[in-house]
Amino acid sequence: MQKIEAVIQPSKLDAVKDALVEIGVEGITITEARGHGRQKGHTEFYRGREYAVDLLPKVKLETVVTDEMAEKVIDAIMGAARTGTIGDGKIFVTKVDEAIRIRNDERGDVAL
Amino acid sequence: MRNRLVKVLLMLLVGVVAGGPLVMAQEAAPVVSAPAMVSATAAGGTQTDRIAVLEKQVTDQATAIAAAQTAGDNAWMLVSAALVLMMSGPGLALFYGGLVRKKNILGTMMQTFAMMAVITVLWAIVTYSLAFGDGNAFIGGLGNMFLHGVGLAPDVKYAATIPLQTFMVYQLMFAIITPALITGAFAERMKFSAMLVFMVLWALIVYSPMAHMVWGKGGLLNAALGGMFPCLDFAGGTVVHVTSGVSALVTAIYLGKRLGYPKVPMPPHSVVLSFIGACLLWVGWFGFNAGSALGAGTLATSAFVATHFGAAAAALSWSAVEWIRNGKPSALGAISGAVAGLVAITPGAGFVTPMSAIWIGLIVGVFCFFMVVKVKAIFGYDDSLDAFGVHGAGGTLGALLTGVFASSTINPIFGAGKPTGLLEGNAHQMLNQVTGVAIAWGLSIVGTLVILFVVDKTIGLRVSAADEEMGLDLSQHGEEGYDWAH
Repeated sequence: MQKIEAVIQPSKLDAVKDALVEIGVEGITITEARGHGRQKGHTEFYRGREYAVDLLPKVKLETVVTDEMAEKVIDAIMGAARTGTIGDGKIFVTKVDEAIRIRNDERGDVAL
Repeated sequence: MRNRLVKVLLMLLVGVVAGGPLVMAQEAAPVVSAPAMVSATAAGGTQTDRIAVLEKQVTDQATAIAAAQTAGDNAWMLVSAALVLMMSGPGLALFYGGLVRKKNILGTMMQTFAMMAVITVLWAIVTYSLAFGDGNAFIGGLGNMFLHGVGLAPDVKYAATIPLQTFMVYQLMFAIITPALITGAFAERMKFSAMLVFMVLWALIVYSPMAHMVWGKGGLLNAALGGMFPCLDFAGGTVVHVTSGVSALVTAIYLGKRLGYPKVPMPPHSVVLSFIGACLLWVGWFGFNAGSALGAGTLATSAFVATHFGAAAAALSWSAVEWIRNGKPSALGAISGAVAGLVAITPGAGFVTPMSAIWIGLIVGVFCFFMVVKVKAIFGYDDSLDAFGVHGAGGTLGALLTGVFASSTINPIFGAGKPTGLLEGNAHQMLNQVTGVAIAWGLSIVGTLVILFVVDKTIGLRVSAADEEMGLDLSQHGEEGYDWAH
């Protein structure tokens, strides 16, 4: 099993969700997040005074899928979240040892 | 006898022509037509009786016309008074409230709201009398304390067609918003108790004498009621904006900068609230300026138009200069420009043409932008919400530009056809305007310094560092503007 975490632009959330549903992903978790990558945010002006805003609003999406599904999920997110401009986000993939469904004790791939 | 009859007939005719619709509306005083009267005379009723009846009708009609005018003027002035109060709460409270950090929104709004309560009671007790009562050239007397003699009959010197109480309550709304404007300079760091004492003393020592000098009977700067230096200030350029703006600067410097200023970012926590507040200020300003005509006549219209044009032009010019310098026209810049335009057109609203108002607006939008963005940075004072940059600077410039653009065609205050402003050839008026501004600056600086010193040495001016860090909402009022947990 693989856990795929994607930090994406909030405006791309709906498109990514639709893409994931289309390839058969069933469970996702969404967190509203703030952060920055290499571009280090932007500046705002209030009556001539400059403020650096280095934590920008983002959405963090998490899903755990079978090993076979992982690449398809990555492709789906890449396809739906990309605008080609700075701040599109990143995807992180980690190996997951176990998944357990609390309701009925199912474990492993069937619990996903 | 025949001459008297003709005179009565003529008066009747004039009454019908001059007050046509009003007279027609008075069912209790029907117009008697000339043919009917002739036939009555021919029918043999005594001529003396008949004339007495007609004379009574003429008197009744004159009374009815006066009453109608009073009713119309009074309606507008009561609405204007309410509009000016709307400028304080919610207008100014939202405008300033949005500009501070979120831990200070209630503290900031409370400062304006407290003025609505404290200054009102103080006004009834003594400050109305000090501003508008009979006195000398510098301050009114104590004859109208506790509103003694302020009844429902008009005072012809101030406003002949509205009850004196309407005039009194309208002027009260100015007395409320003026100190409230100062709170923008010391936002986020002054004790609530100190603020209350400061404002009471300020109303007594700075506002009342200034209002008396410019608007009071026999005041030194009064242009309409025989002042020594007739300074044109239609709706309070010197009385309201220069005094509050300069006092704001003095207070900001005396009190010192906020903790962390200018290194810690202190951006407005809600430009949306400020936006709504500024729009309410714009609308309320129609009562402020057009209401200062003290009646619902053509001068009110002229002031209304000038006010609107001045605000719009300044919003444009502030935005334009910001667009050029920063690459983007900000919402905060646009509303700040509008407020600066409203400030600057205030003294001239009842003296200038619509096109002059646009010029005043265009000039002041650029001027106040540089005062707020450049001059404040150069001198390094922490005028938190730019009370001086907008009101002090804009009010001063507006008062001087009033002397430039004032037109006798709009308001022949010095007599029909007599030149009023510099552009009409009355260069001397600039001297009067400078005198008015200089007195307002001087009184504000000296008066405010004395008050600050006294309050500082007795109860203390500033909250503790811990309280400032916590924010005024919690430290001064024990509550929070925003409860994110529920």
